Amino acid sequence: MTDVMLEVRAVRKSFGHVEVLRGIDLTVPAGNVACIIGPSGSGKSTLLRSVNALESVDAGEIRLGGELIGCTERGTGLVALPEKQTAAQRARMGMVFQRFNLFPHLTALENVMAGPVRVQRRPKDEVRREASDLLDRVGLADRVEYYPAHLSGGQQQRVAIARALAMKPELMLFDEPTSALDPELVGEVLDVMRELARDGMTMLVVTHEMGFAREIADTVTFMDEGVIVEHGTPAEVIDSPRHERTREFCARI
Amino acid sequence: MTARTVESVEPHAPPAGRRIARRPNRWNLLGVAAVAYVVLQVASVVTTNENFAWPMIGRYLFAPPILHGIGLTIWLTVVVMLIGVLLGVPLAIMRISGNPLVSGAAWCYVWVFRGTPLLIQVIFWFNISALFPVIHLSIPFGPSLALGSANSLITPLTAAVIALALNEAAYMAETIRGGLLGVDQGQRDAARALGMTGSGVLRMIMPQAMRMIIPPTANNTITTLKNTALVSVIGIADLLHSAQIIYAQNYQTIPLLIVAALWYLALTSLLGIGQNRLERHFGKGARPMAARGRDGR
Ligand SMILES: Nc1ncnc2c1ncn2[C@@H]1O[C@H](COP(=O)(O)OP(=O)(O)OP(=O)(O)O)[C@@H](O)[C@H]1O
Ligand SMILES: [Mg+2]
Repeated sequence: MTDVMLEVRAVRKSFGHVEVLRGIDLTVPAGNVACIIGPSGSGKSTLLRSVNALESVDAGEIRLGGELIGCTERGTGLVALPEKQTAAQRARMGMVFQRFNLFPHLTALENVMAGPVRVQRRPKDEVRREASDLLDRVGLADRVEYYPAHLSGGQQQRVAIARALAMKPELMLFDEPTSALDPELVGEVLDVMRELARDGMTMLVVTHEMGFAREIADTVTFMDEGVIVEHGTPAEVIDSPRHERTREFCARI
Repeated sequence: MTARTVESVEPHAPPAGRRIARRPNRWNLLGVAAVAYVVLQVASVVTTNENFAWPMIGRYLFAPPILHGIGLTIWLTVVVMLIGVLLGVPLAIMRISGNPLVSGAAWCYVWVFRGTPLLIQVIFWFNISALFPVIHLSIPFGPSLALGSANSLITPLTAAVIALALNEAAYMAETIRGGLLGVDQGQRDAARALGMTGSGVLRMIMPQAMRMIIPPTANNTITTLKNTALVSVIGIADLLHSAQIIYAQNYQTIPLLIVAALWYLALTSLLGIGQNRLERHFGKGARPMAARGRDGR
């Protein structure tokens, strides 16, 4: 039996009066790549941010390697964790954003070093070596001293992936990592992600790259209006969807 | 040889379009005439009217009391800006903290200190002893420690510093808050996703916020420099009051006011040059994020 890396149970989340996540269940075994697809506003980003505890959920449980994220048992109920402990849990997951969100005042290398140095408080020399290796791995060995403003979108996103990997995460979260990129730059980012998947990284990926999902994903989940409509292998969900809404969505992509 | 071949390949100049002459603008001419008239008029008045007493202005421009006053004005500006920034940072952080009570308190502070005339605040702090004859260090409804009489603790200079600095803190709080809010939310997300907490996130976004904070702060400094003139009402020998002391004795009111004004103008011009430099320096990296994602390698 494979270990479960991420378990999401009955998660609910509202912004004001709008319930954006309406009871989400999702299990990602260790080493798996799970893709999430769905129309705009269906709650994909909110789910990813909730997993990373960037948003606090209203009900339900999220477990990383069996450990509750963002809250803890108290009596029969759950109570939110102090910010420090939640932050420590965030450090165990890597997050890659649609808009890269690199720190503009730091070079590529400094961006990658930021987490290990400032959060894990590890010695700089050691971190610098690892960071250079990571940038090498994403094909940017010759761009270490560049500032984000002087990198292309694809290069920035690869730096962002290296920055997340520098924390040695147990789980990587990708929120539409290629949708802010010019078409010709999408491939280089997907290549890096493909490599990661091959190395056995557990990944939760929100994407509209159907080719990538078909090739790499172990499971595909279709979300709409805050619920999971359909979940299965790429072949099942993308190629022969059972639900009308999934069929419509896949036809449009 | 080669040059000639090139010429022979392109024997004709590209066809030139006929130039279109601009039509003179009647209003422009009128404007120039009006400005010329005003400038000449002012120049003739300033040079011929004996009451301007230019030799007098020259005599007092570098008079020791005036120079001493300039020193005090500059000292006040520096001290007030320092305290203003030191108080403004926590106020700004309070304003953007999610806690309604904490941010409400900061809002209230800014509301009071920006919403009342600075002149009233200066006179108020100068007369604080009427409100609290003795100054205590205490906890609400608890024991207290008397520090001394307000009259001895709050000298005019202390009152001036308190009044100007508390007022400046309100403006700095808004400036700093604007800078912090101006940083893309994605930066906060990225820092938090790496496991940073409040202070770590702040340290990450502060350098970016500075880009938006520094230029208006330079502007605030110019305003503060001019505002220090208000402390002349509580008898502090700043630049303006030093001039006033002199004209109270020799009745050369206008020449001495001009002396003070010239010095204020010189100081604000200097600060203005500094501000321009800062704006150019910090404006460089301020291109929008969207443009960055795609501008090639
Ligand atoms: N911070 C917030 N405050 C209020 N509403 C929010 C917030 N974040 C998201 N929402 C709302 O929640 C809903 C789901 O948003 P979410 O970003 O999760 O959708 P998405 O599936 O990622 O869409 P997209 O494909 O456009 O990225 C949307 O209606 C959005 O307006
Ligand atoms: Mg989204």
